[in-house]
Amino acid sequence: MRWIWIDKFIEFQSGDHAVAVKNVTLAEEHLHDHFPGFPIMPECLLIEAMAQTAGILVGEAKNFKEKVILAKIKKCVFFDYVKPGDSIKIHAKIESIAPEAASTSGKITCEDKLIAQIELMFSHIDQNLAGKQFPKENFVFTDMFRSLLRGMVLTRPDCDTPKSEQP
Amino acid sequence: MARSREEILKEVQQVLVDALGVDDDEITTDATLMGDLGAESIDFLDIVFRLEKAFAIKIPREELFPAESLMNNPNFISNGKLTKSGLEELRNKMPHTDISKFQNDPDINKLGDLFTVNAIVNYLEKKLNAA
Repeated sequence: MRWIWIDKFIEFQSGDHAVAVKNVTLAEEHLHDHFPGFPIMPECLLIEAMAQTAGILVGEAKNFKEKVILAKIKKCVFFDYVKPGDSIKIHAKIESIAPEAASTSGKITCEDKLIAQIELMFSHIDQNLAGKQFPKENFVFTDMFRSLLRGMVLTRPDCDTPKSEQP
Repeated sequence: MARSREEILKEVQQVLVDALGVDDDEITTDATLMGDLGAESIDFLDIVFRLEKAFAIKIPREELFPAESLMNNPNFISNGKLTKSGLEELRNKMPHTDISKFQNDPDINKLGDLFTVNAIVNYLEKKLNAA
């Protein structure tokens, strides 16, 4: 992950589900243009928020050993706008997980309002793409994102997470 | 629980409508997943996951769509075509598929044509009614 688009996890059940929060602010410059006088969070960035939440959930399920890449947006329905000042919750759930891929479902809410329903597929790319080689280091799960999980995940002995981050 | 072929086909059609975003009238029994319905590699995994849920079964990797183990074995492929032992392996691995046409010209680029709606229904019918 080269950038972080969610603020924190408030629930994390390994291999099952997670809930993350993102606070939306008018300081995000793209909102000035999307749209002038009517700032709303672009839907593609709602998908990104779900991809990060669900992607970390899928990665953690395999101890961050796999390179987890968003492979398919299976379904995406938007019900309402997200505006500056909103705090959105991203609820992700693993539906299926196999050695080579995972599928997730989830919703985005703002207070009690349903904002979106999003279903995604992730590929574990080392297990796919007909044996194509990728860099050895896990460029998906870099150190940058790990602060998000501090205190949320019980680090397993065989996990790559540094000891100092164990809760 | 035994299911009739029609019931299985109906469920498979719904899975393919959802997974591939195609109309249900496009999903004829002889439609090929890649050629006719536009499936890509990740869609095969999506389809397997959806079938597992729809029929409450486990579908082991390589059982329904066993192309990978064939493609990665040099004994099975020569000059872009399946060898005799490759065809034999295909027959063993995909008893749910009609390879009578394919074996006349076993070009690996045409391997995708074997993945038809009918092949999925055959596979599920056998699997569901075996118990």
